Amino acid sequence: MSATQTLTPAMQRQRNARLRRNTLYLVLIAIALVAPFVAYPVFLMKVLCFALFACAFNLLLGYAGLLSFGHAAFLATGGYFTGIMLASYPGLTPELGILIGTLAAVVLGTFFGVLAIRRQGIYFAMVTLALAQLMFFFFIQAPFTGGEDGLHGVPRGELFGLISLSDNLSMYYFVLAVFVIGFAIIQRTVHSPYGQVLKAIRENEPRAVSLGYNVDAYKLVAFVLSAGLAGLAGSTKTVVFQLASLTDAHWHMSGEVILMTLLGGVGTLFGPLVGAGLVVSLQTQLAQSPLGNWVSVILGLIFVICVLSFRSGIVGEVQKMVRKNFK
Amino acid sequence: MTQEFILETRGLTKEFRGFTAVDDVNLQVRDGHIHALIGPNGAGKTTVFNLLTKFLPPTRGEILYRGKPITSMKANEIARLGLVRSFQISAVFAHMTAMENVRVALQRKLGTSFHFWKSEKSLDHLNDRALELLEEVGLREYADVLTVEMPYGRKRALEVATTLALEPTLMLLDEPTQGMGAEDVDRIVELIRRVSKGRTVLMVEHNLSVVSRLCDRITVLARGSVLAEGDYQEVSRNPLVREAYMGSDAAEEEEASA
Repeated sequence: MSATQTLTPAMQRQRNARLRRNTLYLVLIAIALVAPFVAYPVFLMKVLCFALFACAFNLLLGYAGLLSFGHAAFLATGGYFTGIMLASYPGLTPELGILIGTLAAVVLGTFFGVLAIRRQGIYFAMVTLALAQLMFFFFIQAPFTGGEDGLHGVPRGELFGLISLSDNLSMYYFVLAVFVIGFAIIQRTVHSPYGQVLKAIRENEPRAVSLGYNVDAYKLVAFVLSAGLAGLAGSTKTVVFQLASLTDAHWHMSGEVILMTLLGGVGTLFGPLVGAGLVVSLQTQLAQSPLGNWVSVILGLIFVICVLSFRSGIVGEVQKMVRKNFK
Repeated sequence: MTQEFILETRGLTKEFRGFTAVDDVNLQVRDGHIHALIGPNGAGKTTVFNLLTKFLPPTRGEILYRGKPITSMKANEIARLGLVRSFQISAVFAHMTAMENVRVALQRKLGTSFHFWKSEKSLDHLNDRALELLEEVGLREYADVLTVEMPYGRKRALEVATTLALEPTLMLLDEPTQGMGAEDVDRIVELIRRVSKGRTVLMVEHNLSVVSRLCDRITVLARGSVLAEGDYQEVSRNPLVREAYMGSDAAEEEEASA
């Protein structure tokens, strides 16, 4: 870029927005760095894993306009692969285990994507659900997943063979790093040349076709990215809890990630983070209270209220308010 | 091979479950012409249009572009050959600014459109060209406006700018003046006249005054077949056309006012 280039008002605005965004990131990272001294690290790690999962899902729903009802399959595939690798090969370092789990999810995502991407709307959701159920039954039956009991005692190991992750605090910082990397990938994807085309496809698919774009290929890339990042979340979660179980593969999980994303604000970068934080907090808090059996009912109620009264989710509504009042 | 025709169809037919929407249409569009496809409601204009732009597969028949068959190509592939279509309802990307709309069309040629790891700043060097195109359709001052906030007539103009970004050799316009007030119609007619220099335009159009002002050649469709072809004078004198399309009264009025 040449230094003499004059800035249009829009570029100036973009530049300001970028500055504000970067400041926000710095503040959030600072909060995340001190958080484990205030809150229980395992809880925070759970939030981060689900937040990454929801962010991955949001990339697909919010930015490509595709509603997948089978994202649990990628979370679980990442989790199981990492679990199996780390349990079977004691020499394997956790970051490599996570990488393998993520790659497994990418491969599965490519396969699912090729089969599902030609379908639109509800049919796309149905195909992804069907394929995810297939994976669920595979994980029950397969001899190496521990069936209904799941995989227990996955070793956390030593990061790069140097830093022991058995301590929750070091584990937390590792999970935070994974989250930041995943989030950065999503943020860059959204603000890339590819992201522009994706946005155009979401806005008006036939027009994007008439401009010469092969929309199915663009959607497939979004699907694979989303699947891979969901796998990354699942892999990391397995290392944290030293456990890979069927809960992750169940269709409830696919539903939960939709809930988190919609609650927080679909199509906003921070929405899924807020949604995941809220849902995980509620689950944890309620499980300890006398209302423990009512978790699903209460979450369902919150979801209904959210859909009826603030459709763009928490972050979406806040953004609207800010835009209206501080223009 | 007849190179004077940029677009040609041979025996183009489309059947929907036994109903023949387009029946053995032989259409020839001359290079450099503004060619109109007219006809009463249900004549199959939009179906023909969708067949030509590959949004529908034909049941039978061939489509030739510069003498080469494009019948089995995909909709996005013909766009790369230079056949770019517009839509009946203004096809813009509503939550992008006018400049971003044009830029999305421009960026395809960069070949970085799958690069999800690159910054969108890498597209900034296209801004000048995008502004030029907006200038050309009189939308320079709308560059930073979100398209959803633009008036209807301006959206159609933006659509033209986006189409021009692809440097099409053949523009296919689906009812470009539909739903517009008189002032906007005049503006679009002027715009089409201006941008058609050095290009070929094939348009489906209801508004006969637009057709008479703009088009070199007219094909009249009725019930899925070609009823007549010629320039405006020839076609409007044709009794078959009067009967099928305008109704004899309307035809007389048209003549009286001309």
